[in-house]
Amino acid sequence: MTQKMNRAGKTSSVADEIDKNIKRAFDDVANQALPSRFTDLLDQLRAQDGAGSEGKHDK
Amino acid sequence: MTNDPRDELVTHIGPMRAFAISLTRNASLADDMVQDALVKAWSNIDSFQAGTNMRAWLFTILRNTYYSHHRKRRREVEDVEGALSEKLAQKPDHDGRLQMRDFAAAFEELPEDQREALVLVGAGGFSYEEAAQTCGVAVGTIKSRVNRGRAKLVELMGVSDDEPMEVTAAVTQGIVAMNQSIA
Repeated sequence: MTQKMNRAGKTSSVADEIDKNIKRAFDDVANQALPSRFTDLLDQLRAQDGAGSEGKHDK
Repeated sequence: MTNDPRDELVTHIGPMRAFAISLTRNASLADDMVQDALVKAWSNIDSFQAGTNMRAWLFTILRNTYYSHHRKRRREVEDVEGALSEKLAQKPDHDGRLQMRDFAAAFEELPEDQREALVLVGAGGFSYEEAAQTCGVAVGTIKSRVNRGRAKLVELMGVSDDEPMEVTAAVTQGIVAMNQSIA
């Protein structure tokens, strides 16, 4: 009931708080150092491509 | 200088991991999923349209990977180790008003589609349009999921602007204690 009344704009700063909290958790993971499995994977994919055809830009 | 969009992939891996964790709620499963998505993205790079949002494109692939393979596995594993909500619980917010532990628990209670919409729009910096495209639904659907998700969180948390929640010393201690029991 009060929620509905607040919806017009009063809850908006709570919504901001919610977004901020989600963003904080998201960024926390997103900004972690990448596990080497991912950089290794990209190197591997690049090497495979290189073996197939020289110069990946001629696609 | 070549302008290979694949060179850009590495800059999106961090956010992909974060999105994957929010979907799977399991860190190792999330990383497997990111790995699969990267391989797919690499081999299908021709379907990426230069000039468009690569992150949205990658998240779409990631999401498809999740719904086609990993979701089932998550059900089997179903633990919340490494989940985004755990991260929330482990990061006491000294400045904010929401009690992080309660917030984490509340977030976990939301339906999957609402969590996803909130993560994309609230944290991933996606526009409603991009989020809609990523999830393969109408823009209005995303808006309503975000709104319902927020409203549900507010309800679960029992917060309103009239009675903001303070992070009290007791709560902070509770979070610390919880961390120790997790670790």
